Order: sequence, then structure tokens, then C-alpha cells
Amino acid sequence: MTARVRERVALTVIGLAAGATVLVLLVIILGVLARGMGEINLTFLTQLPRSMGREGGILPAIVSTILLTVVALAIASPIGIGAAIYMAEYLRDRRAATMMAFGTESLAGVPSIIFGIFGFGLFVLYLDMGWSVLSGALTLSLMVLPTIVRTAEEALRAVPVTYREGALALGATRFQTVMCVVLPSALPGIGTGIVLAIGRCVGESAALLLTAGAALGIPRHLGDPARAMAVHLYLLASEGISMEKAYGTASVLIFLVIMVNAVANHLARRQGAKVRRSA
Amino acid sequence: MSEDGTKFSITDLGVSYNNLPALSGITFDIPGKKVTALIGPSGCGKSTFLRTLNRMNELIPGARTRGRVMMDDQDIYAAEVDPVMLRKRVGMVFQRPNPFPMTVYDNVAFGPRIHGLRDRGRLDHIVENSLKAAVLWEEVRHRLHRPALDLSGGQQQRLVIARLLAVEPEVLLMDEPASSLDPISAAHLEELIRELKQAYTVIIVTHNLQQAARVSDHTAFFLSGELIEFNSTSRLFTHASDRRTEDYITGRFG
Repeated sequence: MTARVRERVALTVIGLAAGATVLVLLVIILGVLARGMGEINLTFLTQLPRSMGREGGILPAIVSTILLTVVALAIASPIGIGAAIYMAEYLRDRRAATMMAFGTESLAGVPSIIFGIFGFGLFVLYLDMGWSVLSGALTLSLMVLPTIVRTAEEALRAVPVTYREGALALGATRFQTVMCVVLPSALPGIGTGIVLAIGRCVGESAALLLTAGAALGIPRHLGDPARAMAVHLYLLASEGISMEKAYGTASVLIFLVIMVNAVANHLARRQGAKVRRSA
Repeated sequence: MSEDGTKFSITDLGVSYNNLPALSGITFDIPGKKVTALIGPSGCGKSTFLRTLNRMNELIPGARTRGRVMMDDQDIYAAEVDPVMLRKRVGMVFQRPNPFPMTVYDNVAFGPRIHGLRDRGRLDHIVENSLKAAVLWEEVRHRLHRPALDLSGGQQQRLVIARLLAVEPEVLLMDEPASSLDPISAAHLEELIRELKQAYTVIIVTHNLQQAARVSDHTAFFLSGELIEFNSTSRLFTHASDRRTEDYITGRFG
């Protein structure tokens, strides 16, 4: 084979791989939407489920998912950003920095069901919170913490050193430098991490089934159990309650995730443009 | 300033990075309200020396400083000296202009604000005066609330100087401030430096010998981490007392 022919063949093979990837994605999304879109209407989005979800809508699941996500992020964001600031701006000890990076990376790779069983043991049973929004949200916050720490740390490290030097040379303290100059510049990147974390919360089922429960009502406070959309979808399908409603729920979930990712992309682009301009 | 007009009195100053010496045995006095140029080939320690004067070296992991630096009869390395307060008195301009990603106004108001000033009227006043002192006011007066990063390189460097003047320092350290500027902007900057010495002690690191000759009153020549010669600029450039100084300024090496 001449080099040119080999080039052709290689190009064809990787081109097919790229095409297959896109095709799989489209088949999944379109396949689900094709079966689920017909279910989505005002009733579906605004009504309570009837007869275990066979009839009616998924309003409680939508409310539960949003509530769990908001509470989880309200807990995880300040802790994650604080940890990232410490790691990027204050930690001078190389060994400790490597260990913390290794720790957050490992934590990010732990399957969500492990977080679920841990949350079940700690929050639901030991701390006696029961199956509740709070137990679920705390478990989710542990699960997404590494994501937030990693992305926030990267965003902080991407802020040019010259900004820090400039502020310090004006007699700013380290803390003032971080709060007034470094953090604002890193905000879009930090936002990207938070949006990614939202995506993971919205799509989570296993960990929530064990910690937030599967009650069908709308949770009225943080102590109430809640059935998230992903959990609802899992139960509808696995217990053979209603495949139509399962696909409908899946379609709503897909829309939500696509929306969240679009926001993440937008923020990432803004961060990129900012860094380029000041470099 | 002390009685004889000395701003800094440096005795046997040495700096090392991770036990590698970068500077050693530096002893000389820097006069106040004058421009002092630091020259020498790359890696000779002149930037390191500049950063000892506002203790910016401390921010580099592994850096150690020995010896004594007296500023107005106060040892700036004494235990009771807060480096943050020192940096308010000894400001610094860097090689590349580093305005913050905020408006022109917020850049200049940054220093006074972090030091506690909130009064809008007084901030307006300080911003205007600082920009005037940095000869930038006329160019930016109508776009104070536009992003500072939209200014040209030369304007950004003058903005950074205005930002510094707003905290009313006594000393301005400049680390090759004109090296990233075009010749016309650099000429503007030199003019500004000559003007600033009326009120400030200016210490400038430069690779451009003509620039050192044009703007400075005194010049210090560094080589391999040592101070070879310190003299009035006219004397150093015409009758260097050390052979190595003469070789350097006549372009025989470096």
C-alpha cells in the first residue's frame, strides 16, 4: 500500500468512527423522543400521577428533581469553591496539593450507587433523616463536589498570574486579591462546573432511590420524601407500570439535560474568549 | 527620606531560590526623588533585586532573602513590618501591562477601595488626578466606564501607573515597563517617568541602555548576581570605573 492509499483508508476508518458516534447519539435521543413526545402535554407536565403513574402527569417528579438539585448545589457550591480557592491560591505544599487532586479525582470516579449506599447509611439511617429531600440532596452534593472543585480550581489557575501580582503590588491582601480580582475573572469557568454538576443531579437515579425515596406526592419541605424524574422513569419501566409514561418522562429529562448542557457550553465559550483577550 | 536624601540603604543583601544564589553581597544607597536605573544582562539579578524592595520575592516558593534593606531608617524585613503595608508604599509596574478585567475607572479606584475608601466623590477626584498624573486623562476621560482591556498597550501601561499613583506610594518600582511597547508609547512613558521623579522615587529595570541614559539620574550595573558599579548615570556611561561595566555598555558582551 502506498502512503496515499493508507492515508485514504485511515481517513475512512476514523470518519466512520465519528459517524457511528453521532449516529448512536441521534438514534438514542430521537428514538426516545419519538416514543415519548406524544405523551408530553400540559396535563403531563402539570398533573399529579394517578394509579402509580399509569395515568396523569409527573409534576411531583419535576418539582422533586428541581428541589433536590437546587438544595444539593446550594450545599456543594460554596464548599467546592472554597476548597478550590484553598487549593489554587493558598496551598503551597506540593505533596498535599497532589494528594488533594488525587482525592478529588478518585471521588469523581466513584459510581453513584456507592454514594447512594453511603448516604443511605449515614443520612437516612444513622442521622435519622429518613428518605427525604435533605438526605437526597446531601448525597447528591457529596457526589458532585469533586466536579465543582476540579473545574473551579482549573478556572482559578487559568487566571493570569499578572492579575495577582498587580493586586498584591497595590497593597492588597491575599484574600482581597482573590475576592476582588481572581474570583471574578474565574466566575464563568466556575459556572461551567456548576452547570455540569446540575446535569449530574438532574440525571441521577440510583443514589436518589436509596436516599430520597420514591413517594409520589409533591414534597412540601426538606424532610419529605421525593421521587425524582430519573427515579420515576426507572420505576415506571422496571415495574412495567407504563412504558409510554416512562418514555414521556425520559423525553422531559432529555430536554432538561440538553438545556443545561447548552448553558454550560455558552459559559465555557465566554471563559475562553476572556482568557484569550487578556493573554 | 533620611537627611542626606537616601531612600533605600542596602547592606550585604543576598537572595537565593531553592538554595541557588541569585543575588549576593549587594551594598549601596538609592537616592530619593530621583530615577535610578538597574541595568545588566538577562539573569544578572536586577529584577530579583527590584522585587526585594517591596518583598514581592517572598511570593515565590523557595525564595530566601538575607541582609538588610533600610527604607527611611526602617528595616523593611523587620518582623513588625507588614509586607502588605509596605507594598502600599512601594508600588510596582510590571513588564507587561496588567490592567484588571474591569473598567478604566474601577482599575484606578481599585487601590483606594481595598484600602477602605467608599466615598464616591473622593474616588472620582482620586481617579481623575491619578489619570492626569499618568498623562492618560485626556485620552480616557470619555471612556472611564469602558473595559480597560480595550485600551492600547501604551495606554494600559500608563493606566497601570495611574492605578499605582492612586494609592499614593512613595516609591515606584518598574520592571522593564517599556519592553512590550512600541517606540512612540515608550517615548511617552519615558517622559512620564522623568516627570514622576518630582514626587516619587523611581527605580527602573531596563534592557535598553539608551533608555537608562535618557531617564535616569543614577545607574547600577549588575552582573552574575553582583552589583559591579553604582554611579551617576552620566559618569557611568562616560567614565565607567570598572572594565566590565565599560564592556557591557559598549556592547562587547551581554
